[in-house]
Formats: sequence, C-alpha cells, structure tokens
Amino acid sequence: MPELYEFLVLGAVLFCLSVAGIFLNRKNLIIILMSIELMLLSVNLNFIAFSYFNADIAGQIFVFFILTVAAAESAIGLAILIVLFRGKNTINVADIDMMKG
Amino acid sequence: MIKFTFYLFALILIFAASRVITVKNPVHAALFLVLAFFSSAAIWLLLQAEFLAIALILVYVGAVMVLFLFVVMMLDINFSKLREGFVSHLPVAATIGVLILLEMVLVVWAWQKEIPEVAATVAEKPNTVALGEVLYTQYVYPFEIAAVILLVAMIAAIALTMRPHTRAKYQKPEEQVRVKRSDRIRLVNMPSESKD
Repeated sequence: MPELYEFLVLGAVLFCLSVAGIFLNRKNLIIILMSIELMLLSVNLNFIAFSYFNADIAGQIFVFFILTVAAAESAIGLAILIVLFRGKNTINVADIDMMKG
Repeated sequence: MIKFTFYLFALILIFAASRVITVKNPVHAALFLVLAFFSSAAIWLLLQAEFLAIALILVYVGAVMVLFLFVVMMLDINFSKLREGFVSHLPVAATIGVLILLEMVLVVWAWQKEIPEVAATVAEKPNTVALGEVLYTQYVYPFEIAAVILLVAMIAAIALTMRPHTRAKYQKPEEQVRVKRSDRIRLVNMPSESKD
C-alpha cells in the first residue's frame, strides 16, 4: 500500500495543475470551470486519503457533501454561462466587464 | 502490486489533468476530464472508498460531464480567439504552479517526520453500510441541507435559463377581475325596420 504522503503529493500536483490551468486559460470560462472541478477532485482525494489512514469515516462524509456542492456549483455556473452567452454572444472573460470590476 | 496500480493511475490522472488545461478544443478537454475522474475513482477504490468511487463515476461522468459537453456543443464559440495569450501566460502560470507545489510538498514532508505511523485498519463492514450508518444518524441535518442545496441549484438553473414563450397566450387574472361592463358590451340604438 502506498504511504499517506504519496496520496497527499498526488493531490498537491493535481491542485497545482488546476491553478496553472486557471492562469493559462483565463479567457475561456468553460476551461476555468473544469479547472475548478479538478481542484475539488484533488481536495476530495486528500480527504479520502486521510479518512483511510486515520480509519475515520468522517472524511468520506465530507467528500460526499463536497460532491453535492460541486455538482450544484457546476450546474449554476453553466446556467450563468449560457445566460451570458445569450446576452453578450461571448464567453471571453475579458469581455465580461459590465460591472466595471 | 497495489503500489504499482497506484502509480499507474496517478500517472494517468496527472496526464489527463495536464491535457485538460492545455488542449485547444474544449470538447477534448471535457473528455480528458472524464479520464481524470475515472482514474481518480480507481485511486479512491484503492483507499476502500467504494461508494464514493462509484458515486464519482455516476454523478460526474454520468451527469456533470454530460452537462459540460452539452454546453460546449450548444454554444457557437470561436475557441481560437479564447486562446489568445496562452503562451504569454505560460511563464507566470508555471511559476505559480511550481511554487505552490513546492510549498505543499515541503509542508507534507516536514509534517510527515513528526507524525507517528497510523495503522490502516481493515474495514470490518462494507463501506456503503459504514457510510450510511453515520450519514443518516450523526450527519442527518447536513444531509438534509445538502438536499436543499441541490433543490436550490435545480431551481436556479431552470430559472436562469428559462425564456418566456413569446407566442404563448396567458390568462391575466388581474385584468379579468378588473373588467367592466362597459368594456365588453356596446348598446346600439337602431330604428326598427318596416316589413315591406
């Protein structure tokens, strides 16, 4: 069986890849949403690794709730994306500046 | 053997994740994301989280990724324009990614030396049973909140994307109630006609 730190390092690699993905594709809203999904996946991997090595089921319960919230987040995110595309005919993050933020 | 399986799936996972953030076509990115979810579900199986591994495949590959693919294919987007600045962002992205990775690995490495070995116990009952026993007793309120969150998400997604039918005919009760006799009936005075 691999050690705990190997799972943690795998989660860290996955998290950093998705952070880099947000920087690389900062114009494409769809890829940004996908990167967020990858981030949540890496966090879930950490939770499950700790749950296994501490023999505590609470970590898996937490992953269950994270999965729920992530599904809700991506559903609403994609709905907002569709509304944006209808209104402005683009999903380029640089063009979405009507709030002047 | 388990170690070999772990490294195999970890390599596939990292490869898929790096392809997700680098491919040109978002459809390919979504498909590589499916591969990433599959391989991490396999890793979760190694950690004896069978229920969550299956739930990951059912919920993510089955529902969320299909939603992503639908949206990508439904929208008519010029994706090459969205990739402008990809190369110019590469140095800063690589720097930040490697820095965060180094910090995390350092933390894990420093912490690992102080923590004694925790023995992984062999599960005495099936994972799903163990999960259900605490989920419906100790965590029943969070479970219900999760259900409400899903409901809110569903209503929000429908409300955001629903467009009113322009051709549909609706009843307007407030106008129906306010209607007066004079709006509907017109009394016409006309002389009676003779028989011939």
